[in-house]
Amino acid sequence: MISYKGHRAIKDERDERRLFEHRAWVGFICIVLCLLGLLGRYVWLQVFAFDSFTTRSENNRVTVRPVVPNRGVIYDRRGRVIAENRPAYRLEIVPEMVPGKLSGLDALLDELTALVDLSEDERKAFHQSRRNYRLFDSVPLKFNLNENEVARFAVNRHRFHGVDVVPYLSRYYPYGELLTHVLGYTGRLDEDDISSVDEGNYRGTRTIGKIGIEKFQEKELHGESGFERVETNVRGRVLKVLERKDAIPGTDLVLSIDVAVQQAAWDALGDRPGSVVAIDPVDGSVIALVSKPGYDPNLFVGGISQKAYHEILDTPGRPLFNRALNGGYEPGSTLKPFVGLAGLELGLVTPETRVFSNGNFYIQGYDRPYRDWKDMGHGWVDIRSALEQSVNTYFYQLAMDMGIDRMHDYLAQFGFGSVTGIDVPGEGKGLLPSREWKRAVLEEPWYPGETVIAGIGQGFNVVTPLQLANAVSALVNGGTRYAPRLLYAAKPAGIAKAKRVEAPVALQIPVRDPQGWQTILDGMELVVNGSRGTARSVAKDAHFRTGGKTGTAQVYQLKAGKKGDQSNIPEHLRDHAWFIAFAPVDAPRIAIAVVVEHGGGGSTAAAPVARLTLDAWLDQELERETPP
Amino acid sequence: MKRLLPAWAGAPRLDPVLLFLLMLIIGFGLFILYSASGQDMAMVNRQAMRLGFGLVIMMIISQVPPRVLRAWTPWLYGLGVAMLLATLVLGVGRSTQRWLDFGVLRFQPSELMKLAVPMMVAWYLHSRVLPPDWKSTGVVLGILLIPTLLIYRQPDLGTALLVAASGMFTLYLAGLRWRVLFGFAGLATAAAPVLWLVMKEYQRNRVRTFLNPEADPLGHGWNIIQSKIAVGSGGLTGKGWLNGTQSNLEFIPERHTDFILAVLSEELGLLGVSLLMLTYLLVIGRGLYIASIARDTGSRLLAGALSLTLFVYVLVNGGMVSGVLPVVGVPLPLISYGGTSAVTLLAGFGMMMSIYGHRKFITR
Repeated sequence: MISYKGHRAIKDERDERRLFEHRAWVGFICIVLCLLGLLGRYVWLQVFAFDSFTTRSENNRVTVRPVVPNRGVIYDRRGRVIAENRPAYRLEIVPEMVPGKLSGLDALLDELTALVDLSEDERKAFHQSRRNYRLFDSVPLKFNLNENEVARFAVNRHRFHGVDVVPYLSRYYPYGELLTHVLGYTGRLDEDDISSVDEGNYRGTRTIGKIGIEKFQEKELHGESGFERVETNVRGRVLKVLERKDAIPGTDLVLSIDVAVQQAAWDALGDRPGSVVAIDPVDGSVIALVSKPGYDPNLFVGGISQKAYHEILDTPGRPLFNRALNGGYEPGSTLKPFVGLAGLELGLVTPETRVFSNGNFYIQGYDRPYRDWKDMGHGWVDIRSALEQSVNTYFYQLAMDMGIDRMHDYLAQFGFGSVTGIDVPGEGKGLLPSREWKRAVLEEPWYPGETVIAGIGQGFNVVTPLQLANAVSALVNGGTRYAPRLLYAAKPAGIAKAKRVEAPVALQIPVRDPQGWQTILDGMELVVNGSRGTARSVAKDAHFRTGGKTGTAQVYQLKAGKKGDQSNIPEHLRDHAWFIAFAPVDAPRIAIAVVVEHGGGGSTAAAPVARLTLDAWLDQELERETPP
Repeated sequence: MKRLLPAWAGAPRLDPVLLFLLMLIIGFGLFILYSASGQDMAMVNRQAMRLGFGLVIMMIISQVPPRVLRAWTPWLYGLGVAMLLATLVLGVGRSTQRWLDFGVLRFQPSELMKLAVPMMVAWYLHSRVLPPDWKSTGVVLGILLIPTLLIYRQPDLGTALLVAASGMFTLYLAGLRWRVLFGFAGLATAAAPVLWLVMKEYQRNRVRTFLNPEADPLGHGWNIIQSKIAVGSGGLTGKGWLNGTQSNLEFIPERHTDFILAVLSEELGLLGVSLLMLTYLLVIGRGLYIASIARDTGSRLLAGALSLTLFVYVLVNGGMVSGVLPVVGVPLPLISYGGTSAVTLLAGFGMMMSIYGHRKFITR
């Protein structure tokens, strides 16, 4: 027996050894007991539960199958279906059941080519995605089989062990290219996608949102996978469903886009590349978001072939480029209302302040003239008439008085130079220049001449159509700048009524003098309705009063002092045409920005597009509000 | 005759019994690896090379007297802790920072600590009066807690557990009083909820899955369910070598590493598992015997602790594969595919053999 007799000061080798041996024996006995216990577990599994595990092992290849949730349907603001699921057939292969397993796959694919049209791309994609699945999982080979292919395969099915035609729901976009730059599309789930999602939830899912709303709202649209435990025979035929946990379908989404307005804007742009963005200033919801040219998203759903993809890439006008979100243009004169407002709010001018325009503006000490668009100038103008006639001199002077830093800080409040925070991925930031920016990025000092042209939106300024539309929205609704929303409402599965989604407020712009804001809107009203307005055509036969502002984004710099007739220069060097607008003027329900690439002047190319878009929205909106 | 050979060659200090048992396990392991790798001979060769390298290391260490090993111990321990700190700062690896990249050699410092911690504890207790008093106990706890926490931070729960266990076993063998031991055990139980709070999400998922694998049969529960099916369907004598459907159809995850025991159980049945367990038990027993005939306190404690740690490997891996313990990354010693763990283990056995070679001779 071992006993402890208090603390001993000296090491006692024999005592320690006996103590150790005692401990070692106790330890060894414990180990024997533990290992016997562990072995007991194996005895239980391998002897007593042997039968049930043998059954499970035999039925294993299809014991648990994922139940794929139906992807949420997407509607427009008026309830039109803009993304839906259509029944379709795809060809799938279970590599483990193919004769020769992996090594037999290529021979099998060769044989299948006789029945279905298999491109090199599809074979490559198949081999790539195969690595993401287990041997006994079913791997998609070809999506969207046509009727002939389904029929041909059905007749020859007995020849292909491990290959099956599987019915599924395929994504379909009824409006095609019209909404691609909003919705995006779904495509074949690839390796990169898998690492970004919960693999368990995507076990049976074959496609995933790649860009646009489909990507941004992937989590909502996808839903949650269920599973079913099925009893099968050796060939994999399901004999009985033992247990089933239903999938939770994806959330149905309602977008704030109005397809009729989108279509009107699309048609109005004609063949010219350009963009139209319309926002409801009341709630920050996006009514139309057009980027032209577009492309057919349905081509991408089943996996696009290299050939079709190159065709899209080779189309002039870069259809894949989303101009509304990412197109950077010089704002030109469309920036004037904001610069004007900055002047009023900073107390540099009053609505009554007048400036004389004689056609040329000089900075003290420099000879270079900064020109008005009218040779002899516009005479004495206040802010309203300066906007109405787009008088550069007024804004040259104002910009000089303001300085670039104050201009930058005020305009930044309207979201220039930063993303709007819209709910689709891939938005551009544009550029709002400042002294600090130029020093940091270009490593150059700021020159006074750059302040002058910044006052009329030229020089370094870059905006996206979305940014500009959103800035107009904030200008006309009294300073509430929303992070615009395409998602209008969401209807999760099992809930009867869709839940409205509100656009968050990005910034409440402080209003010093409401009168000043109204003055700017009055000036913009004159642009369309004044006797000397630059966009009088917009008012013709309208049921509502519109405010607006034309603008030109320079593509090609004409020699200083020389006036250019746009029709004399090649089309790809012509200016981009801008028009921003809002209507009706007393209670604005739409704020819009239109850019027409190489369209020349804003009033001729862009303003009519805006008018047609406003009509499409307001004719139905005003009608709805005043019942007969 | 003897004079013609160098002195060390004439009397190699190897324990033939231990060597035989180890070779038995290694042979068994390569045999089952051939099946678990999907009959990939290249993989088996690679593993054989590593094991061969480990055996060479073992032979070399076995020739170094325990006294010299002990002199190196504090340096080894210090180096190990320093490298753990370095791993935290500049480790390579996917989401975990377990590896240290030396250019030619990728090295897992936590692996070294599996040896360095029991060595250090034995070194410390070697000259103390045993059973350890409060002060010594405190120092020992410090010695083992520093690397344990560092390894846990990597995060590598399995290795942290093994390192802590090896240290605790040394304390136990040194004769730490039972009531203190039980006190620690009580504290550990009480600390479990705290542990839950500081665990990483993936570790929590493992525990959740362990508690109820059937709730998520396609996701996190997959491993445990499939492993259990493999074991259970193996029966008494197994489905036969190379005939395991669970493993050949890739139902078993990590089938050649952490879950290789599932392959063995499926193909060789209860019989194979029992034989393997028995062999491990014999190794542990032999290790404890070597400890009992060691010449000094430090050697005794070290040999004992290394033997007991081997048991933890077997218990945790066996429990994980059969679904009675949560999935922590503990390999099946000398059988799971992978180099570092095998080399560490063999280096440990080298120390045991050195202790055996320098045993005290009671009688002739």
